[in-house]
Amino acid sequence: MLSELIDSIAGMKEERALSLARELLEGGVDPLKVLESCREAMTIVGQRFEECTYYLPELMLAGEMLQEISQMAKPRMTKGLEVRRRGRVVIGTVQGDIHDIGKNIVTMLLDVHGFEVHDLGVDVPPQKFIDAIKAVQPEILGLSALLTVAFEPMKRTIQAITEAGLRDSLKIMIGGAPIDERIRQYSGADAYGADAMVAVELSKGWTEGHKTLA
Amino acid sequence: MGKSPEELYQERAKRVWDVIALKEPDRVPFLPTFTFFPVNYAGLSCEEAMYDYDKIGAAYRKALLDLEPDMFNSPYLTLAIGPLLEILDYKLIRWPGHGVAPDKTYQFVEGEYMKAEEYDDFLFDPTDYMLHTYLPRVCGTLAPFSRLPNFPMIYYTRFVAGLTPFGEPEVGEAFEVLRRAGVESQRLVGKAVAFGQEMQALGFPAQYGAFAIAPFDYIGDFFRGTRGIMVDIYRRPEKLLALLDKVTRITIQSTLRSLQATSVPVVFIPLHKGIDGFMSLEHFKTFYWGSLRQLILALIDEGLTPCVFWEGHCESRLETIRDIPKGKAMYRFEQTDFAIAKEVLGDTVCMRGNVPASLLCTGSPDEVTAYCKQLIDVAGKGGGLIIDGAIGIPDEAKPENALAMARATRQYGCYG
Ligand code: B12
Repeated sequence: MLSELIDSIAGMKEERALSLARELLEGGVDPLKVLESCREAMTIVGQRFEECTYYLPELMLAGEMLQEISQMAKPRMTKGLEVRRRGRVVIGTVQGDIHDIGKNIVTMLLDVHGFEVHDLGVDVPPQKFIDAIKAVQPEILGLSALLTVAFEPMKRTIQAITEAGLRDSLKIMIGGAPIDERIRQYSGADAYGADAMVAVELSKGWTEGHKTLA
Repeated sequence: MGKSPEELYQERAKRVWDVIALKEPDRVPFLPTFTFFPVNYAGLSCEEAMYDYDKIGAAYRKALLDLEPDMFNSPYLTLAIGPLLEILDYKLIRWPGHGVAPDKTYQFVEGEYMKAEEYDDFLFDPTDYMLHTYLPRVCGTLAPFSRLPNFPMIYYTRFVAGLTPFGEPEVGEAFEVLRRAGVESQRLVGKAVAFGQEMQALGFPAQYGAFAIAPFDYIGDFFRGTRGIMVDIYRRPEKLLALLDKVTRITIQSTLRSLQATSVPVVFIPLHKGIDGFMSLEHFKTFYWGSLRQLILALIDEGLTPCVFWEGHCESRLETIRDIPKGKAMYRFEQTDFAIAKEVLGDTVCMRGNVPASLLCTGSPDEVTAYCKQLIDVAGKGGGLIIDGAIGIPDEAKPENALAMARATRQYGCYG
C-alpha cells in the first residue's frame, strides 16, 4: 500500500492518496513510514519537474497533498522525522519584491535533494537575512529577485552581510528571471542560477565533501 | 528643415501600422514602454508621481521629448492612482506612504481573495458576487456592501424590505466613498485626455486605447492566487473552465465599452501565468490559450489590434500562439529568443522587444547599441520588428542607455 501511496501522490491522484494515507495511519502503520513514502513521492515529482513533464500545478498540488498527510500523521507521531541533510540554506526574496513562485520552487527542489532550507519569505530586509544567518549558520544563502528595483537591495544585502563579518563562511547564489552574470558581478554574489536545478547543482557543489548533518 | 508635428505624427503612425500589417516600413519603430523611468529621470519620487497629476505629466513629457519614440504610453491610468487607492482603502496594492517607502514603486499583494467554494457564486451571478463578497474584501471602505439586498428581490411591494439596507449609515458612507472615487476618477481621466491631446500636438500618437487581462490571469492574479488557480486545474477543472468562459465574455464586453471613449484601436494585454515554466503545453492550450485566443479573435473581429505581451520565456508556446489572423496584432516578448520567434511567427505577427533589463540598468551605451544592431539584424529583415526594452525601459535604467536605444534604432533600423 505504501508503494500505491507513492504512485498516487506522484500521479496527482489526490483523493486516492489522501484516503490511502488515512487507511494506512488508522491501520496502525508507523506515521514515519508514511511520511517517508511522501518524501519519496516528492522526489519523483521533483524529477518530473526537472524533466519538464511537471510544472506549477503539479508541484503545488503535490505540496498540498504532503501538507495534508503530514497533518494527519502529526498527532500520531512520538518523535520527529530524522533526515540526513547535505547542508543548510537560507533563502528569501529581497527587499522591495514580492515575487515568490520561483523562490518556492528552488526551496522545494533543494528540500527534495536533501538540503535543510530556511525560507524567510518575500520582501526580506538585509537585517533579517543577517539575523537568520547568525541563527541558522547556513553554508549557503539564496537571494531571489524578479524586479529591477530589487538589484540594489540585493547588492545592499550582500554588502551588509560582508560588513557583519559573515561573508567569508558563506556561499551566495542569486536568481530570478532578470538575473544574469552582469547582476552577479554587480551584486557581489558567488554565482547565479538561471533555474532551480542550477540552484541544486551549485548547492551540491558547495557542500561536496562536507559530512552530512544529522 | 525640421518636420512639423502633424507630419511627424502621420509618419510615426504609418511606420507602426505598416509593421503591424507586416509591410516593410521606412524604419524599425521605437516604442519604449515607460513605467517609473520618466519619474526617476525627472528626479521625482514615486510618491509624488502617484499623487501629483501635473508632475507626472511633466516628467513623461520630458522623457518623450528627449527620447522621441514613435508612440507614447500614458502614465495616468496605471501610475497616478494614489488618490483613488486612498479613497478606496484598496487592499490589493501597497503604495508609497501605505506600506511602501516614498521612493519605491507600488506593489501588488497576491492572495486568495476568492475562496474555492465561491466558484458557484461567481458563476451564478458575477455582479452579485462582486458586490456582496469580493469588493467588501478588497476595498476597506466598501465593506458595508456585504449588507446590500439581493437586487432581483427588489420588486412590487417587496421594495420596502429591499430598501432598508440603504438607510444604514455605513452603507450610505460606502456610497459616498464611491461617489468621491468617481469624481476623482473623472479628474484623472480628464488629465489623461488632456495629456493625450498635448502629445498629439507634439507629434506623438498614442500606443493604447484600452487594457485587458487574459481570462486565466484575471482569475489567477486577482481572485484565486497562483496556488489557488494552479491546484484548481486538478481539483475543479470544469468549474475553472466555466468561469474562464464567463470571464472571457465579460472581458470582451467591458473592453469594447471602454474603447467607445477613445479613437485608439489598440488593446494592451500583458500575460502572467501561462508562459513557459508555468504549465504543460497541454494545460496551456486548455486553460490559458483557449480563452485568450477567443479574446484576441473577438477584438480583431471588431477591427481592433491586440498588443499581447508574452512575458518571461515563451519558446514552447510559439507554434500554438501562431494561430491568429495574419497582420492583425502585435506580440511583445520579454526573454523569448527573437531568432526563433521570427522564424515561427515572422509571417503571422509583428514582434516587439527585447533589450534586456540588466543591460539597460548596468551596461554601457555601446553595449546597448550593439544589442540593438544585432536585434535588427536577427529579427528586422523585411519589417515585423519594433524595438522596446524586454520589460520596457526599466525604472532604474541609465538615461544614457535609453538614449542609446533610441539612437541605435534610428541609425541601424532604416530600410530601403
Ligand atoms: C507571475 C508574475 C507576477 C505575479 C507574482 C506572483 C507571486 N506570488 O510571485 C504577480 C501578478 C503578483 C506579479 C506582480 C507584479 N509584477 Co510580476 N511577473 C510575473 C511573471 C510573469 C512571472 C514570474 C514567475 O513567477 N515566473 C515563474 C518562476 C518559476 O520563474 P522565476 O521566478 O524566474 O524563477 C526561476 C529562476 O529564475 C530561478 N530562481 C528564482 N529564484 C531563484 C533564487 C536562486 C538563489 C536561484 C539560484 C535561482 C532562482 O529558479 C526558478 C525556477 O526555475 C514575471 C515575468 C518574468 N519574466 O518572469 C513578471 C515580472 C517579474 N513582474 C513585473 C512587475 C512590474 C510586477 C509588478 C510591479 C506589476 C505591478 N505594477 O503591479 C507587480 C509587483 C510585484 C512586486 N512589487 O514585487 C515585471 C518586472 C519589471 C521590472 N521592473 O523589473 C516582470 C518582469 C514582468 C514584465 N515583463 O514587465 N507578477
